Amino acid sequence: MTATPQRTPFFVFHQEARARIVEFAGWEMPIQFEGILAEHQAVRQRAGLFDISHMAQIWVTGPGARSTLDRLVTNDVSALKDNRGLYALLCREDGGVVDDLYIYRLESGRYLVIANASRARADWAWLQAHLGPETELAEQPQAAALALQGPRAAAILKELLPNAVKMQKNDVAEWLVLGREMVVARTGYTGEDGFEFFGPAEHVLPFHQALIKAGAPHGLVPCGLGARDTLRLEMGYRLYGNDLDEGHSALESGLGWAVKLGKTDFIGRAALLKEKEQGSRRRMIAFRLKERGVPRHGHEILLGGNPVGAATSGTFSPSLGGGIGLGYVDNVLFPPAAEKTNALSLRIYERPLAAEIATLPFYRKTTLTGVN
Amino acid sequence: MDPKTLRYTKSHEWIAADGTVGISDHAQHEITDVVFVEPPKVGRAVKAEEACAVVESVKAAFDIYAPVAGAVAAVNDEAAKNPAIVNQSPYEKGWLFKIQMTSPADREKLMTAEQYAAFVKTGAH
Repeated sequence: MTATPQRTPFFVFHQEARARIVEFAGWEMPIQFEGILAEHQAVRQRAGLFDISHMAQIWVTGPGARSTLDRLVTNDVSALKDNRGLYALLCREDGGVVDDLYIYRLESGRYLVIANASRARADWAWLQAHLGPETELAEQPQAAALALQGPRAAAILKELLPNAVKMQKNDVAEWLVLGREMVVARTGYTGEDGFEFFGPAEHVLPFHQALIKAGAPHGLVPCGLGARDTLRLEMGYRLYGNDLDEGHSALESGLGWAVKLGKTDFIGRAALLKEKEQGSRRRMIAFRLKERGVPRHGHEILLGGNPVGAATSGTFSPSLGGGIGLGYVDNVLFPPAAEKTNALSLRIYERPLAAEIATLPFYRKTTLTGVN
Repeated sequence: MDPKTLRYTKSHEWIAADGTVGISDHAQHEITDVVFVEPPKVGRAVKAEEACAVVESVKAAFDIYAPVAGAVAAVNDEAAKNPAIVNQSPYEKGWLFKIQMTSPADREKLMTAEQYAAFVKTGAH
């Protein structure tokens, strides 16, 4: 991408906090403040605050909004009640994944869709091209968004927004926060309790300052995309562009729980039904290294020394103290029945490092640091 | 090790008079949290500027180059076990390996601490 990168409304704050800034999906974003490991632990043990303003906020409204969305995504939008959110995939006709989304229903005919920054343009074009009757699309003006994540998140928010802490996981509501309207959801991408806030910059900016102040006694720290990535991967959450793309189907990606083949027809349903009947060519696996090392995107997955796939995400897991990752493997070369064998390895540093299949999430609250 | 007595490479390794090699404070700061160290094998013959070790942060892997030619005489197992010491103590506990130099004069051709400080300042890396 050669165009000048965009800056979020919090960019000046990141600079003042001496964050390391990187370009991500056309945005200048903080990769870390104090350090990825420290930020990761802060979110697991206390709380962290993420700028997620790079994510696309798309309002889908009108009497036809529900059926438009139901025709477009894999999950069951018609089952979504007011003030609830769900995860869903946007698929091509062949079942390949255009993007993964969060869809919030504020009320009948009023949905807020959160999409990946890297897919903002592609999604917008796809939604426009497949818009049903009586449906309107609108970008959030001056979009800003924050994620407050960690076991202390509710205690921090309670001081500013007492009603919000009554929300359940996946609840969403529009609240007046410091006198300005904002969408507040009890969701996140870290595996911890937490909240996400969406709205125009002039509404979210003063709230950001208030949150930092309220969070200080609780040990709240600003967090960058680096910790966001290690936190999400410990939960096995997919990252679009790494683990999901148009070349892999929604079923191959292991997200079948978000694909409701029994609901009303949607784009990609026929191909996914066929794939389900005939079996997928590939599947996503989660693996853990049994030796020291850090798996990365692109590293070969080997079974008995032979390549059977490649890692799509990999990192050093701060909570587990070792290498973890996700990747696609060929179902013929590596049948699910072979998952119990000891022959799995990852080619890292030009040699195979022993690995084993892991069940997701990699990290659970009871997991002890340093124990594999 | 006193950083002032060390010699430095453009790829940010330091080497002591006895052949001990590590990465500079500037390098550990740029790499950020070190989570993995892969030292070379003891006895391995290395050429000057040959990649022979790996240091990784959460986000990326960095090759570490032999500052001079020689043979790997020792490696710091402690840095492999506890990679954070490379950040905490880049000139002492966080050393990486030791080279039996083919010619100690080779080391004299590398940058002095002063020259390295100027090199880092200009951002020529």
